[in-house]
Amino acid sequence: MRHLANTVALVVAFLTAFPLYWMVVSAVKPAGEIQSLDVKPWTLHPTAEHFARVLTGEGFARYFLNSAIVALSVVVLSALVAFLAAVAVTRFTFRFRTTVLIMFLIAQMVPVEALTIPLFFVVRDLGLLNTLGSLVLVHLAFSLPFAIWMMRGFVAAVPEALEEAAMIDGAGRATILWRVLFPLVAPGLVATSVFSFITAWNDFVFARTFIISAKDSQTLPAALLVFFKPDENDWGGIMAASTLMTIPVLIFFVAVQRKLVSGLGGAVKD
Amino acid sequence: MSRARPWLYLLPTAAVLVPLFGYPVYMLGLLSVFDYRQAQVSGGQPTTFVGLGNYATVLGDPRFWQVLLQTVGFAAALVVATLAVGAALAVLLTRVSAFPRAALSLAALGAWAAPAMTGATVWMFLFDADLGLVNQALGIEGFNWFYDRWVTFGVVGATVVWHSFPLVMLTLYAGIQAIPGSVLEAAALDGASAWHAFWRVMVPMLRPLVTIVVIQSIIWDFKIFTQIYVMTSGGGIAGQNSVLNVYAYQTAFGSSEYGLGSAIGVIMTLILLVITLFYIRALHRTGERL
Repeated sequence: MRHLANTVALVVAFLTAFPLYWMVVSAVKPAGEIQSLDVKPWTLHPTAEHFARVLTGEGFARYFLNSAIVALSVVVLSALVAFLAAVAVTRFTFRFRTTVLIMFLIAQMVPVEALTIPLFFVVRDLGLLNTLGSLVLVHLAFSLPFAIWMMRGFVAAVPEALEEAAMIDGAGRATILWRVLFPLVAPGLVATSVFSFITAWNDFVFARTFIISAKDSQTLPAALLVFFKPDENDWGGIMAASTLMTIPVLIFFVAVQRKLVSGLGGAVKD
Repeated sequence: MSRARPWLYLLPTAAVLVPLFGYPVYMLGLLSVFDYRQAQVSGGQPTTFVGLGNYATVLGDPRFWQVLLQTVGFAAALVVATLAVGAALAVLLTRVSAFPRAALSLAALGAWAAPAMTGATVWMFLFDADLGLVNQALGIEGFNWFYDRWVTFGVVGATVVWHSFPLVMLTLYAGIQAIPGSVLEAAALDGASAWHAFWRVMVPMLRPLVTIVVIQSIIWDFKIFTQIYVMTSGGGIAGQNSVLNVYAYQTAFGSSEYGLGSAIGVIMTLILLVITLFYIRALHRTGERL
């Protein structure tokens, strides 16, 4: 019985991992093997030609950098802003507190793709079309409600006695906030940041909508569409670019996986 | 001062959310009651208030109802598939040795982490008519998986489930782990089969968690955009694979009917709002203090 369960689990693990394996293996296959009608699930002649073409010829090094700038800016800003807001809703009781919380919850459900229409005009009027700044602002706005919702659990988990002790020792409000509470919720901030990072890094629709004519400001997911050609898709290039796009998130995920699952516990129920 | 302090801490949040979230939501509603097309955007023609005219156009269009029905059906199928796969694997995880468990968790983590765009491109390549591994393995030459409406939905659906089952699996697995072992032992002693232990013991104990996972999946699957947009090149042949989100986007940016697109966006937001209210009620039931 256990034997059977183990086998099933391994088969499912294999199937689940296979698309990622296929992506990497296709990225290093020589063009001849990719275009061959006799598909082999491995290659004996790994090559970096697709990566080289994608990074230099198609300017993906630039897009990679752009994606990183946007995602990291969003992570830092949203961590700071969400931390303050989470403190406000967990450490204080004030009028409309529940209303504010419910609004954060509702904001998470708004179909952001539908907001591309008004946001396109907002960004245009701000003169931010074709800039990375437009993407940072928009992703900051869309990652905040969830980040606050998640941070709330982490802030609540820190005993208030610690802050009271610091206050008795004569620490000021700012010291308590940034020197006591902030380091204590750092693990939570990391977990929250993963989500902000991923929303920003994976975004396709806003990059597609706001970055219309400036190739220099393109980010990875939208730039990938370059490879889709009506006659014949450059699969080697697509797989190499996909690999480049996936690796940072994979590393991020595996590095923080433990915190992630406990963080989700915090987000789902604290 | 102490009464103002929470608001002070909320100030940066408000500074971001009011102009970049609140205002666009308001503007979405506003655009939906105006005749706003390319001519108005470029200033060639004045914008005219049309009241509920856009809504009448949308609701009177059989195409909209077809897309709506398709969206609901597709989302429902995705939710059922995601939950069935996720729950079955969560139970499986509790019954395997350390190595298969680590392997499956890691693989799932990878699928979960992969960007929607990556999932879309890799699955498209796997199912490519000429160079895809799937056709090769099945020995069917040149079969186009992205031609027939339902076959296309099937492939896109599999891609979405591949992305979304890991979250369900890991959440439910964590939930099952939290059930005291003695409860399951007692059930086993009383002669309950694995099937019964799952339905009669685990599911009732995990009900709050399951409810939240279900509603989150509904919201998530109802809003599918990237996979459909990329894998079917913007909605499939003659838009046959369109879902509401893609339909609204294409109406606005594809046909430059910004007013009409906004009206569809508003309708979609309202539907999601209703689902969210159920979600909030479910949260309340679990006794979570807001």
